[in-house]
Amino acid sequence: MFNFEKIVPSIPYILEGIGVTLQIVVGATILGLILGILLALCKIGNIKPLRWFAAFYTSIFRGTPLVLQLMLIYYAVPQVFDIQIQAIPAAIIAFGLNSGAYISEIIRAGINAVDKGQMEAAKALGIPYSKMMKDIILPQAMKNILPSLMNEFITLNKESAIVTVIGAMDIMRRAYVVGGSTFTYLEPLLIAGLIYYVMTLVLSFLGQMLEKRMRRSD
Amino acid sequence: MIKIDNLKKSYGKNEVLKGISTEIKEKEVIAIIGPSGSGKSTFLRCINRLEEPTAGVISIGGVEITDKNVMKMRENLGMVFQHFHLFPHKTVLENLTYAPINVKGVTKEQATKLGEELLTKVGLFEKRHEFPNRLSGGQKQRVAIARALAMNPTAILFDEPTSALDPEMVKEVLEVMKSLAESGMTMLIVTHEMGFAKEVADRVLFLDGGILVEDAPPEEFFSAPKSARAKEFLEKVL
Repeated sequence: MFNFEKIVPSIPYILEGIGVTLQIVVGATILGLILGILLALCKIGNIKPLRWFAAFYTSIFRGTPLVLQLMLIYYAVPQVFDIQIQAIPAAIIAFGLNSGAYISEIIRAGINAVDKGQMEAAKALGIPYSKMMKDIILPQAMKNILPSLMNEFITLNKESAIVTVIGAMDIMRRAYVVGGSTFTYLEPLLIAGLIYYVMTLVLSFLGQMLEKRMRRSD
Repeated sequence: MIKIDNLKKSYGKNEVLKGISTEIKEKEVIAIIGPSGSGKSTFLRCINRLEEPTAGVISIGGVEITDKNVMKMRENLGMVFQHFHLFPHKTVLENLTYAPINVKGVTKEQATKLGEELLTKVGLFEKRHEFPNRLSGGQKQRVAIARALAMNPTAILFDEPTSALDPEMVKEVLEVMKSLAESGMTMLIVTHEMGFAKEVADRVLFLDGGILVEDAPPEEFFSAPKSARAKEFLEKVL
C-alpha cells in the first residue's frame, strides 16, 4: 500500500519547507503579539476612539476567513497600491494581523483578571501608567494566559499551511509538489503531517518550559 | 501638613462622604475609626486619589493635589492596604526597590541598600530573595510597610492593615507600626484595633454616615465620647 522508497529522494526537499513555515510563523507570532498587546491596551484604556478602533479591528479580522485576508493582501495590495509583495511577507502580514485580533482578546481577559489591588498599589507608589503596565500588570497577565497564547501559536503553526494558496513554498506546498511530480500523494502528505505534528510537540514543550519558569514565584 | 477641606464623595446618588474637614500635623498619628460603611476607607483613599473626590480640597505641605501633580504627590504619600497587594512576580527585595529605582530614579545600589536596611528593621532580611507567596500574612504586611517606607514618604496611609490577618499575626504588624509612630512618621490609620488606637494614636477621628462626628485625643474619646453615636459604637466594640 505504501511506497515511501519512491519519495525518499524528495524528503530533503519537503524538509526545507520547515524554514519557510518557521519564517512565517515566527514573523506572524511577533507581529501578532505586538499588535495584540497594543490592541488590548486600547480596549482597556479610557480613550473612546481607540476603543472603537480596536473593537472594529477585532470584529473584522475575526469575522472574515483567514484565507480571504491572505488572498486580499497578496493579490489586492499590489493592485491597489502598485507595490510588489512576495508570498512570505504577505503571509507574515496576513497571519500577524489576524492573530493580533485573537491575541488582543486573550490579553485583555488576562489584564482584567489581574487583581485590581495591583493597579492600586502601583498607583499609590506613584508608578506611571506605562511602567505599571509593562512591569507590574502585563507580566502577571502573561503568566495566566500563557496556555491560551500557546494554543494560539500552535493553531497558527498549523493554519500556516494555507499559504499554499498564494504559492509560498512551505511544508504543505512542497508535499503537494512532490505528490504531483511522482504521482504519489499519500506518502508526501503523511510526511508533511508528521513534520507539523513534531513541530507542534516542540512548541508545546517550549510552552511548558516557559510556564514552569513563570510559575517559580508561586 | 495634610489639610482636608470639605471633602465630599458620592457614588451616583449615594453620598459616602458628606463634607469632611480636618488638618493633620507633621508627626501626628491619627486613628480613623467608625462602623463599617461609615466612609473611613473612602476618606483615606480620597487623600491619595485612589478615589476621585466629588468635591473638596486636599493639600499636602501647602500644595493642593490636582490631576496634574497627583503622581508626584503619591510618591511622598505611602499606602498600606488591607490585602497587602505586594507584587507577586517580584521578590521581597524587588518589591521594595522597584518604585525607588523606576519612579524616583535612585540607583540600584542605593535602593538595594535602603531596601535591605528596611527589611532588617521589620525583621525580614532573611526573606529578601523569597517571593511574597512564600510569606505569612503578617510577614507580607511588614514587607508592604517596608515597601511604603522605601519611597521615603512624608506620611503613610494605612487602610485596615491588620483586618485580613490571622489573630496571632496582628501583633507583629502593630509592633512595626508602633515603632514607626515612635520614630516620628506621620500616619493615618483606618483600624478596628481599639487598643492600638488608644495606645499609639495622638488623635482619633470617629466617622459615621460620612460625617466626622468626633475629633479628639484617644484618652478623651475612649473614656468620655461626646456623641451618642460614638458611645453606642464603643459599647459594641469594647
